[in-house]
Amino acid sequence: MSVSEMFIALQSVLTADQDIREEIRREVQALEQTAREMLTLLQGVHQGPGLQDVPKKCQKAREHFGTVRTQLESLKTKFPADQYYRFHEHWRFVLQRLVFLAAFVVYLESESLVTREAVAEILGIEADRERGFHLDIEDYLSGVLTLASELARLAVNSVTAGDYSRPLRISTFINELDSGFRLLNLKNDSLRKRYDGLKYDVKKIEEVVYDLSIRGLNKEATGGAGGEK
Amino acid sequence: MSGKEGSGGFRKRKHDNFPHGQRREEKENVNPSSAVMVSFKSFQLELDTRHDKYERLVKLSRDITIESKRTIFLLHRFISAPNGGEILNESEVKLDGVRRKIKQVAQELIGEDMYQFHRAISPGLQEYLQRSQDFSTSNSHDKQPHTCSLKVTPVDYLLGVADLTGELMRLCISSVGNGDIDTPFELSQFLRQIYDGFTFIGNTGPYEVSKKLYTLKQSLAKVENACYTLKVRGSEIPKHMLADVFSTKTELIDQEEGLS
Repeated sequence: MSVSEMFIALQSVLTADQDIREEIRREVQALEQTAREMLTLLQGVHQGPGLQDVPKKCQKAREHFGTVRTQLESLKTKFPADQYYRFHEHWRFVLQRLVFLAAFVVYLESESLVTREAVAEILGIEADRERGFHLDIEDYLSGVLTLASELARLAVNSVTAGDYSRPLRISTFINELDSGFRLLNLKNDSLRKRYDGLKYDVKKIEEVVYDLSIRGLNKEATGGAGGEK
Repeated sequence: MSGKEGSGGFRKRKHDNFPHGQRREEKENVNPSSAVMVSFKSFQLELDTRHDKYERLVKLSRDITIESKRTIFLLHRFISAPNGGEILNESEVKLDGVRRKIKQVAQELIGEDMYQFHRAISPGLQEYLQRSQDFSTSNSHDKQPHTCSLKVTPVDYLLGVADLTGELMRLCISSVGNGDIDTPFELSQFLRQIYDGFTFIGNTGPYEVSKKLYTLKQSLAKVENACYTLKVRGSEIPKHMLADVFSTKTELIDQEEGLS
C-alpha cells in the first residue's frame, strides 16, 4: 500500500468519525434543552407557593422524562453500540444533569435516594454496560452530588417559607449520603472535586438545623407535623 | 484505600473543619445496613475494580514506552555496516518483549469497552507504533500496519507516524555523518509523502494531529536542507571532506531554529 493510499483511507475514517460526532452533538443539544426546561420547572419549589404543589410539579417533570426517553432513544442510534466510551464526553454533562433531575423528582416524591437502576429506568437506558447504552457509575454519583447541593438550598428556602420540619429530614438524608460517599475511594478526578464540595452542603444544612433548634422551632415542627406557621 | 491515603494530608486538614463531637454523633445516626449504605458499598467495589484496572494498564503502557524507546535508540545505531543484521535481530528480540506486554493489555481489556481505558494505554501504543515502523522502514522502506489482538485506533496510528518522522530525521542526519549519501534522499522522499498525507488530512483530524503537523514540517525542512547541501556542495568538494562540511551546516540550521 502506498503512503498516499494509506492516508486517503485514514482520512475517510476520520471524516466518518466527525460526521458521527456532529449527529451526536445535535441530539445532545436537544437533550440539554429538555433538561433546562425541567430544571426551570423544578426551581419553582424554592419559592413559597411552590412548596405546596410539589406533587403537581413532579407530575409535570415526569411528563418531560417521556421526551427525554425518546431523545435518548434516537441518540442511541447515532453511533455503534460498542463504542459508548469513545463518545462519552459528548453526553456526559447532560446525562449527569438528567440524573440529578431524576433524583430530585424522586426525592421530592418519596424523600429517598433514587437507585442507579431506577434512574436508568426513568431515562429509558440500561444500568449495566453489557446491555447497551448505560448509565456510567461516575455520572450517577455526580448527579447525586448535585442533588445534595440543591437540597442544601431547599433547606434554607423551606425555612423561609415556614416549613420547619423539612430541613431536619433533609439533614438526615444528606448525612446518610455523606457517609455513603465516605466509603468510596475516589481518584483525583472531577468526581473527587465535586465530592469535596459535599461537606459544605452538609455544613450548610447543619447550620440551618442548629438555627432551628436553638429557637425551639424544630419541636414546633415535629409537633405540628410540618407546614404552616 | 491507597488513593485515599496518598492525598491524606490534604483531606485531613479539610475534615478538621468539622467539630469532632458532631462528626461522631452523625455517624451514630446512620444505620450501616440501610439501603443507601449497602448500595454505596457496591459502588465502592465497582470503582475500586475500575481504578485498579486503570492503574495496571498505565503501568503496562509505561513499560511499553520504555522498551520501545530503548529499541529506537538501538535502531539508531544501525549503519549499513556488517553489524547491521545483528542489531536488527536484537531489536526483534526487544520487539517480542513489547508484544508480550501488549498482549497483556489486550487480556486486561477483554470484555471491556476499549475506549473507557483508552487514555491509560494511548502513550505506550503510540511509542510502540513509532518503534515498530522505524523497524520496518530500516528494513525495507515500507510500512506495515501492525496487527495484534488489540485494536489500534486511527488517531493513535497517526500520532505514532508523526513521531516516526522525527526519528527518520535523526536517522537522515546521522547517516550523512557516516558518509552515506543515498539514505538522505530516500528519506526525504518518504518524509515528503508522509507530509503530503498529513496535509491531506489537515483539519479533519483531532487537535493533537494538527499540533504534530508543525513539528513534522520542521523535520521535513531539516531533511530537505540536508539534501540540498549534499547536492550543492557534493559536486565541488571531495568526498572525504563531505562529513565536515555537512556537520557545520546542520549546526547552523540548529542555531537558526533556536533563535526563532
